[in-house]
Amino acid sequence: MINWRTLFKRFMSDPVAVAAGGVLLILVLMAVFAPLLAPQNPYDLMQLDIMDSELPPVWTGDGDPRYLLGTDTQGRGVLSTIMYGTGISLIIGIGAVVVQGILGVTLGLIAGYKGGWIDSFLMRLADIQMSLSTLMIAIIVLALFQAAFDANIYADYAIFMLILIIGMAEWPKFARTVRSSVLGERKKEYVDAARVIGLPPRKVMWGHILPNTLTPVLVISTIQVAEAIMTEAALSFLGLGMPVDRPSLGSLIRSGFEFVFSGQYWITLYPALVLIALVLALNLLGDWLRDVLNPKLRRGDD
Amino acid sequence: MHILAFLIRRTLQAVIVMFVISIIGFSIQGNLGDPLRELVGQSVSEAERQALREQLGLNDPFFVQYFRFLGNAVQGDLGTSYFFKRPALDVIMDKFPATFELVLGAVFIFLSLSIPAGIYCAIHRDSWLTRIIMTGSIIGISVPVFLTAILLVWLFGVELGWLPAFGRGDTYELPWGWETGFLTLDGLSHLILPSVALSSIMLPLFIRLIRAEMMETMGTDYVRFARAKGLSTARVRYVHAFRNTLLPVVTVGGLMIGTLIAYTILTETVFQWPGMGFLFLEAVNRVDTPLIIAYIIVVGLIFVVVNTIVDFIYTLINPMVKLPGAKA
Repeated sequence: MINWRTLFKRFMSDPVAVAAGGVLLILVLMAVFAPLLAPQNPYDLMQLDIMDSELPPVWTGDGDPRYLLGTDTQGRGVLSTIMYGTGISLIIGIGAVVVQGILGVTLGLIAGYKGGWIDSFLMRLADIQMSLSTLMIAIIVLALFQAAFDANIYADYAIFMLILIIGMAEWPKFARTVRSSVLGERKKEYVDAARVIGLPPRKVMWGHILPNTLTPVLVISTIQVAEAIMTEAALSFLGLGMPVDRPSLGSLIRSGFEFVFSGQYWITLYPALVLIALVLALNLLGDWLRDVLNPKLRRGDD
Repeated sequence: MHILAFLIRRTLQAVIVMFVISIIGFSIQGNLGDPLRELVGQSVSEAERQALREQLGLNDPFFVQYFRFLGNAVQGDLGTSYFFKRPALDVIMDKFPATFELVLGAVFIFLSLSIPAGIYCAIHRDSWLTRIIMTGSIIGISVPVFLTAILLVWLFGVELGWLPAFGRGDTYELPWGWETGFLTLDGLSHLILPSVALSSIMLPLFIRLIRAEMMETMGTDYVRFARAKGLSTARVRYVHAFRNTLLPVVTVGGLMIGTLIAYTILTETVFQWPGMGFLFLEAVNRVDTPLIIAYIIVVGLIFVVVNTIVDFIYTLINPMVKLPGAKA
């Protein structure tokens, strides 16, 4: 089990962890309070003016003081779109990991506790699923989805599709971790005790074994959010993810990518920096958590 | 004999996977777009439409249609691309060399860098170079491949103007119709930026993996015994320890093939590399169903073949794995 006080003490004594945590906190707050903080609402067409499009950042001298980081081709302030876009990226990242977690923990618990053919069936399924790449599955499914429905329907459901696909494709990582912890816990006396007093298997699994397997789940979750955000960004960059009028960080990069080479670098550069900062902060925190909580888990095994 | 049994078992698995892919391909064909509209347009009467449906066999039972699809697919007929008006498989195969050479370039780059770097970091755990490589690798993992690609195009292609950033350049046609960029200087210079971009995401993963595995093998009993026996440090490190480090690297490498194909789509988009991935995205935008199906089937086939080969290599180089069915 996790001792939160010791964890916090170790966190404060590690400058890299504090820096990563700080960056993450700022980005999350910025995204959550975007409607209050952002200079414009980039979704409100009334506030957009095509005359304001492609303005450079303020410090170049040619900018407009209303748009600190400049504007994109539709006259949206880059700073405002980043604030809203970070939120969408975070929603998809966290949402996908919640789906992965629910599926993976449930199936992992069942596989580890029941054993037998259920276990071998689920683990074989996990092997197959892991050998197909998540990004590849997502590209194909979303490509078919986009080809089959018209653009408006696609735009409305894109966010749910992204969460579901990234969520369903990555369940084996959680399932495997939980299963191996369950195998370790199952033989312990407290589990026998719980069984002997007549608790049904469901209660033993969820109430007694599960809490003792949560440490590795916490470690993977952090890194999985980073991966989900990267996957979403890649899909949006290909035009298979979030539509341009409700952009995530990936779609912002896509919308500016063609203009980088004609000098309007700011449309792409700032969303890209925020995306890298977000993913890097999550990865560093994940690595730190893994080192502190469970030195045995290694990245690269997965 | 046991190797034969193993081969048969693996082939059977591969056939099952291809069967599932063919079902997916077939159901796309039936549900995505309307083949009649693509063939004759809107201005045909309902009666003629029905006659044509009957003639094309679109009214046949599901299984009859599926087996017709499968029979054609096995003979290499995956339909005709709506856009190119040519057999879909031919269109894909024309683009295959470009993607293959891009992947080959990337694999060459990340293997030749990650193996020495991984070994170095495992042996000199606390040196300053190790710290730099490990810090660099976590930053590398956090930068999406398309951003690396855009950065490379902007820096080396546009600002410095050192290397070409778009397309494949001059190619040379080999006797069997394979367009290669390896044999011309222009083709090779066009290959550099895309393959660096594609390898950039694999490199940090492999450095971390090789380092971790190498550190683990260095601590095992047989390595200590080899040293106690009086073998030179170099021999113990590079022959005894490294050979066992290779096993997980081969497995992970095999698992990565799907990811690598997915990343070729991203890389090809940024560099306008005329490969299969670029073609696939265009096909999606044009709802060119036969081409979409052909891409999925070709990619599925590559995936299955590579995985089978990797599994086979694994059993060959691992002294501890007995082939399934072999006597203990």
